[in-house]
Amino acid sequence: MQYLVSVIDDTPNSATSDEMTDINAFNDGLQADGHWVFAGGLGAPSTATVIDGRGAEAMFTDGPFVETKEWLSGFWIIEAPDLDVALKLAAAGSKACNRRVEVRPFL
Amino acid sequence: MSPVDVGEAITRAHHEEWARVVATLTRHFGDLDVAEEAAAEAFATAVERWPADGVPPNPGGWLTTTARRKALDRIRRDNKRDDNQKQAQMMYDDPPDFLGAVDDERLRLIFTCCHPALASEARVALTLRMVGGLTVPEIARAFLVQEATMGQRITRAKAKIKAARIPYRVPSADDLPGRVSGVLAVLYLVFNEGYLASGPDTDPVRHDLTAEAIRLARLLRALMPGDGEVAGLLALMLLTEARRTARVSANGELVTLDEQDRGAWDAALVAEGHRLVRERLATGQAPGRYQILAAINAVHTSARDVRDTDWSQVVALYDQLFRLDPSPIVALNRAVAIAELDGPDVALGIVDRLQDELVDYHAYFAARADILRRLGRSEESRAAYDRAIALAGNTAETAYLTRRRDQLV
Repeated sequence: MQYLVSVIDDTPNSATSDEMTDINAFNDGLQADGHWVFAGGLGAPSTATVIDGRGAEAMFTDGPFVETKEWLSGFWIIEAPDLDVALKLAAAGSKACNRRVEVRPFL
Repeated sequence: MSPVDVGEAITRAHHEEWARVVATLTRHFGDLDVAEEAAAEAFATAVERWPADGVPPNPGGWLTTTARRKALDRIRRDNKRDDNQKQAQMMYDDPPDFLGAVDDERLRLIFTCCHPALASEARVALTLRMVGGLTVPEIARAFLVQEATMGQRITRAKAKIKAARIPYRVPSADDLPGRVSGVLAVLYLVFNEGYLASGPDTDPVRHDLTAEAIRLARLLRALMPGDGEVAGLLALMLLTEARRTARVSANGELVTLDEQDRGAWDAALVAEGHRLVRERLATGQAPGRYQILAAINAVHTSARDVRDTDWSQVVALYDQLFRLDPSPIVALNRAVAIAELDGPDVALGIVDRLQDELVDYHAYFAARADILRRLGRSEESRAAYDRAIALAGNTAETAYLTRRRDQLV
């Protein structure tokens, strides 16, 4: 079972070097315990481009598809047998990156 | 067997066996939906068949077997038992050793229904449906929401359990205290909604809800006999429920503890509650929140007359509670006891300091009004009664506060 752990943020590129150290240590733990699938940080919403390829010609629009006060600044995809395990890992991830996170199961 | 006896046997089986049937089937099929539907069908079959065939010697076994057959029928019908279905089955482990010999499927069911990833109102609804066996219309009526809304709430919770894979499991030793307190919070919420029902058109006391909360607390107590807080909550409920009939007057007005007819209290419930409190005291273990609240209620119910109340003991228990839970509501209840022990002028000093935090709490203004009344400060008391009446949601309480206000000189 895989879960998406989204990092909720309100300031772009705001991770401190202490936070990066903790995140790296958390990632090492995920890999050692077999929970790691993938993870990454994302650029600010202002760097987003929305594409509509449904018509004859693709349309490109600058900016995120919806303006919000908070957004996704990074994510983990983790492997966990059930939600209890995923919630524990997410709580440790939240502590490491010093941000709130959201957990959603993959279908 | 007469039709009445068969009817009673079905009601008793529903009370005693519903949760076990749902829990056993959930474990077997790994799906709450299948388990719930099959259990409901099995009880419907009992209603049809038992009057003609007689009540089976082992009603629980009969119901479980019948429900299992119904579930298999449904799965064959839906042809759902493909690989996807197997993958979607709930995760379960054998219960951990620290619970002792208790191995009961119902405990898994309770912890799953009260999982912290579900919204509080969903936990309450799901617990009443899956563990309590109440129907969706019954639960909807209990919480004054539309049937369709309640149905969606339960369906959505079941869908989340399945999709997010909330496990069907008793939590590990590390997580157990937190998870047990989550379960107790659900049961206490049900009890309180019954004991101080909100809404202008509801009965002031909803016996159906208090009785259901006590039944579920008894079940939890049977499943976790060593847990102090489980015993504490059950004792608290029993000692509160014991005063239920004395608490509302014939004309629908709230009767406060000091004015209740103590002879009308249920002596059997009081005795059972006191036994539980004594049992916990004898362990010598530090009590949690519910055990302290139960002990406070034990002091009140030990006094044959309100004048015999050991207020210094009540204040000492509130001091102990405040160390565990330094909330303004605990401070307010402590101040009410202080008014009895040290006088209303001392209590008013404490109450004044709580106003900012409890500005929307009807009980704050009711307590303040009463203290000001006793100090002879009628104008201020009247203003506090007005505010309490405006904030109170319980019809009996509103009637009581209104009379008290109108009696001010």
